[in-house]
Amino acid sequence: MLRVDVEKQLGEFSLSASFSSEGRVTGLFGASGAGKTSLINMIAGILRPDRGTIVIDGETVDDTAAGIHVPTWRRRIGYVFQDARLFPHLNVAQNLDYGRRMNRLASDPAQRTRVIELLDIGALLDRRPGKLSGGERQRVALGRALLSKPRLLLLDEPLGALDEARKLEILPYLVRLRDEANIPMVYVSHDVAELRQLATQIVMLRQGRVTSFGGVKVLT
Amino acid sequence: MLDISPAEWTAILLSLRVAVVATLMATPFGIALAWLLARKDFWGKSVLDAVVHLPLVLPPVVTGYLLLLTFGRRGLVGGFLADHLGIVFAFRWTGAALACGLMSFPLLVRPMRLSIEAIDRRLEQAAETLGAAPFEVFFTVTLPLALPGVLAGMVLGFAKAIGEFGATITFVSNIPGETQTISSAIYSLIQTPDGDAAAGRLVIVSVVLALGALIAAEWFARRATARLHGN
Repeated sequence: MLRVDVEKQLGEFSLSASFSSEGRVTGLFGASGAGKTSLINMIAGILRPDRGTIVIDGETVDDTAAGIHVPTWRRRIGYVFQDARLFPHLNVAQNLDYGRRMNRLASDPAQRTRVIELLDIGALLDRRPGKLSGGERQRVALGRALLSKPRLLLLDEPLGALDEARKLEILPYLVRLRDEANIPMVYVSHDVAELRQLATQIVMLRQGRVTSFGGVKVLT
Repeated sequence: MLDISPAEWTAILLSLRVAVVATLMATPFGIALAWLLARKDFWGKSVLDAVVHLPLVLPPVVTGYLLLLTFGRRGLVGGFLADHLGIVFAFRWTGAALACGLMSFPLLVRPMRLSIEAIDRRLEQAAETLGAAPFEVFFTVTLPLALPGVLAGMVLGFAKAIGEFGATITFVSNIPGETQTISSAIYSLIQTPDGDAAAGRLVIVSVVLALGALIAAEWFARRATARLHGN
């Protein structure tokens, strides 16, 4: 499903990670500064590895030896950022449909309704992002990524900017997403409890190196 | 209220036509240049930036003379355009539009550049992860978010274009009905005995147009802020 074997030098920091995952939710776990975001940005194509390969769903999207680097917009990935990054000039409905339009996908009202119901955002469709709470914004960002029909969903600390109460509000949606949406995910977090609930496989990072890899048990 | 004569109307309408055409022609170049200056690092960027601002600091008569040398009938570019495309600038209202467009260009570019610089680039990154190609990112995210700045630049450029005098009169002279704008009409009138009343009326028109443009630019700038905060 996802194979990563990359090296990247970022100033003083060197990242060298190799893992392959078949799991539904691959948790990237580590303290801040361990290289989690750099790694997920390489999977997204935002960062380019100095050396190595990345294979998503059988397609090689990075292979430095062969000179392959598929740009982000052609990778068919979804990315949920910590800070939502909804487009402020579009309302919620337009934000949700953005990925479908850009990928020139036929409209799929059934899927749209399903995602809107799954995330409970039906009442927000006409609103501008500026009028949403942090939790609502994050749910819309999830919906926006899902509706672009990605083959891999990347989530970079999607609950990181929320307080405890909001986290508990969003977590059940993520669990439902994992069980119902049928899209493999890479989930970045430094929160053990979060990953225990969500992840099916864990890649543990420490100072730019993979220190362990396996089931959720490695978190103990 | 103001008893504006037909000759004065001719000058006012010509000024409006010249300024509208100058602004519309300059806008695509302005957006492209603003984007380039805001987003790209390249060799010679500071030189390009200086050249864009040159009309602001050069004596307008110098800019007008350089235009005459380049775009005049015997100029390198002007000769080519006249012979091959039939486009003539010298002593035509089109030349006035060219002079005004050039003179107002620095004012037109600046708000556009600032508004592009103010855009959160992480939004463009998000658009890319949703499958938007670079030109789609520009047209669906960058440009809409910069739109208030683009409009503010157009308004300021228009206000400058409608008042331009030095470069215009040097390049295309002061021909009533063809190249005589409000500014050159005022210049002629204050040199004519009994021209004071007519000059006064055109002065009032100039002040109203300039004030209106500044207020409009301010309004667009405030909208820009609201837009970027997602309200």
